[in-house]
Amino acid sequence: MSAALDRVRDIDQRVPVAAAILFAVLLPFFFDGGSPFIDDAILALAYVVMALGLNVIVGFAGLLDLGYVAFFAIGAYTMGWLGSTFFSSANDGDGVHVLVTGTAASLPGIHINFVLVLVAAVIMTTIAGIIIGLPTLRLRGDYIAIVTLAFGEIIGQVAANGDQLKIGPIWDRTVGWLPLVPTLGDEATLTRGKAGISPVDKIDLPFTEPFTSLALRPWYFAALVLVLLVLFVNIRLRDSRLGRAWVALREDEVAAISMGIPTVKTKLMAYGAGAAFGGIAGAFLGSYLNTVNASQFEFTFSIFILAMVILGGLGSVWGVVIGAILLSYVNNWLIPDVLNGLPAQLGLDFDLTQVSFAIFGFILVIVMVLRPEGLIPEKTRKQEMHGVGTGETAGAGSDVELELGDVK
Amino acid sequence: MPVAFAIHDITADGSLTRIGNNLVDGVSNGAIWALVALGYTMVYGIIELINFAHGEVFMIGSFIAFAAFGWLGLDLATALPLLILGLLLTLLISAIASGALNTMIERVGYRPLRDSPKLAPLITAVGFSFILQNVGLLWLGGSQVSVPDLIGSQETLFEVGGVEVTKGDALAVLATTPLVLALVFFIDRARMGKAMRATAQDPDAARLMGVDVDRTISLTFLIGGLLAGAAGLIYALYQTTIWFHQGFEAGLIAFTAAVMGGIGNLRGAVIGGLLIGCIQQISDNRIGPEWTPVIVFAFLVLIMVVRPRGLLGEETRQAG
Repeated sequence: MSAALDRVRDIDQRVPVAAAILFAVLLPFFFDGGSPFIDDAILALAYVVMALGLNVIVGFAGLLDLGYVAFFAIGAYTMGWLGSTFFSSANDGDGVHVLVTGTAASLPGIHINFVLVLVAAVIMTTIAGIIIGLPTLRLRGDYIAIVTLAFGEIIGQVAANGDQLKIGPIWDRTVGWLPLVPTLGDEATLTRGKAGISPVDKIDLPFTEPFTSLALRPWYFAALVLVLLVLFVNIRLRDSRLGRAWVALREDEVAAISMGIPTVKTKLMAYGAGAAFGGIAGAFLGSYLNTVNASQFEFTFSIFILAMVILGGLGSVWGVVIGAILLSYVNNWLIPDVLNGLPAQLGLDFDLTQVSFAIFGFILVIVMVLRPEGLIPEKTRKQEMHGVGTGETAGAGSDVELELGDVK
Repeated sequence: MPVAFAIHDITADGSLTRIGNNLVDGVSNGAIWALVALGYTMVYGIIELINFAHGEVFMIGSFIAFAAFGWLGLDLATALPLLILGLLLTLLISAIASGALNTMIERVGYRPLRDSPKLAPLITAVGFSFILQNVGLLWLGGSQVSVPDLIGSQETLFEVGGVEVTKGDALAVLATTPLVLALVFFIDRARMGKAMRATAQDPDAARLMGVDVDRTISLTFLIGGLLAGAAGLIYALYQTTIWFHQGFEAGLIAFTAAVMGGIGNLRGAVIGGLLIGCIQQISDNRIGPEWTPVIVFAFLVLIMVVRPRGLLGEETRQAG
């Protein structure tokens, strides 16, 4: 009986999903290949990938991460290091080229094919996620928020001041240890600070020309493929044993442990998976925005992505997708292009873009106070947020408020 | 750590002047952080919430103090008795405004979420922090604004063996001490202070004993805000520049201080503030100011991970 109902519900769900994918595929053909709309859409898709990643950590596992920008930064720097002229002395100035075509193949520096960079970014951010996650394992929920925030700030500050950190000589000494790594020269630094690593190699896929910054449709489809991939992984994760373990830990850690859920492994998997998504989006944005610049990696960005997750609905995959697209368009189109002159029309002396983060802050407050489960809530989360007993009681239609819903 | 640097200095230049100057600047900066840290620690002690917007309340306190200088016509030409009167009035204005702001934030953003999961009020706190930052941004713009140097902050008051104590240092310490003492006295002795300690220990039991828990929590936010506003004024006089981003930095530094001292512990917050002030100065002076945030955050992570209960040991919730 209930299996049959589930199947009906599955089919019900498939129709809108298929329609949405079809819509997303056809969308760019209604616009000029270089139009700002497509530009905004590409950014929106990249933010969807990031928001889905943060949703694994905050939504599924309930670990409030206020330093998600760290993974964006690490992904983007992986792209910058492995796909630009930044390490211009690498291999005695001849450069390192792996499976790249076009202009990148003849430039100095390290140039590795985007697909391989993506893999490298996933590996780097997963490791970073686990390293950041490790110290938070024993901490209380709100302490986790601060430790992740601190890590995010440390990475942002190291990126900003990385032009002072010379890594060349260190690499020289390790040559004997890793002979395949070409030396980077004495002057190589970790980052280029706020000046930024630019230009960055464009995406270069087999059987196609390397992407250019003029024709945006290929970028759009590349981003769409990444989104679909991440969505698929996200949904499979959510419905897996691991996904249920995350939810169990989020709802009641003590009960989850006593049911035999390995906390350490489960939490680290959440950090690792969530970070990897951030790395994918970071590498993509590094290439698309054509710069890897320390001013991209500030605390405000972590909150921007968090606001997407909160607005859409913590833990709700489709909600987060909608939330990310909405806020991305609010940030890149509605505020700068449509409403920017509004304060001036009201006789106020400022541009709306200046206060865009007040708007995101406002969204956080309003959503949390009025509709904490978000626009498209996930079922169990909704019950939890309203302090209603989960499980049988709520299922039976009872709306008994548990007085001490937040028993510690 | 200061001891290690002192030994280093003796062997390097044969004197303690450099570390002495570091420590004097550190203590006076730290006194301001201590005032902000007290607000964090009191709120955490009573409702276990990291009041993320607290740093911004401090920033608004600075801005109001700056505006009040304008309203009251305080400038470098003001005669000393009038100046003292004016500054006391400014202290009153900025403290009350910040206190009211903090209480309002609690009323709007935290109280409706008291029975929600702990993440919910933390997220609204982050939201308020952003809203207030942008209020500050619109108010005085996106860059540092200089405040009239009413007290001659950088002028040397006296000098001991090459270690300079400036008027700013003296102000920071002399203005902070009575405020901290008054707070400790209030919480230890006053009836409302007792209610705060009771609520911190067990809100339900306190309610059964006739404590008005909501009012007590509001009072905690009010006092935290008053101190943040006072700290805002002292900061403006001491640094002579203010800007919208100061609250975010101060908030994280002061939170680090509160955790260092053992969150919920008033004396711990003060000691933590002084310590973190000294760490900052030593890092500014010897590593470079651009690396100081990294050092402070690394300390924050280290303390939270290695000693989440703080340096002073057990979390003493008696202090509210």
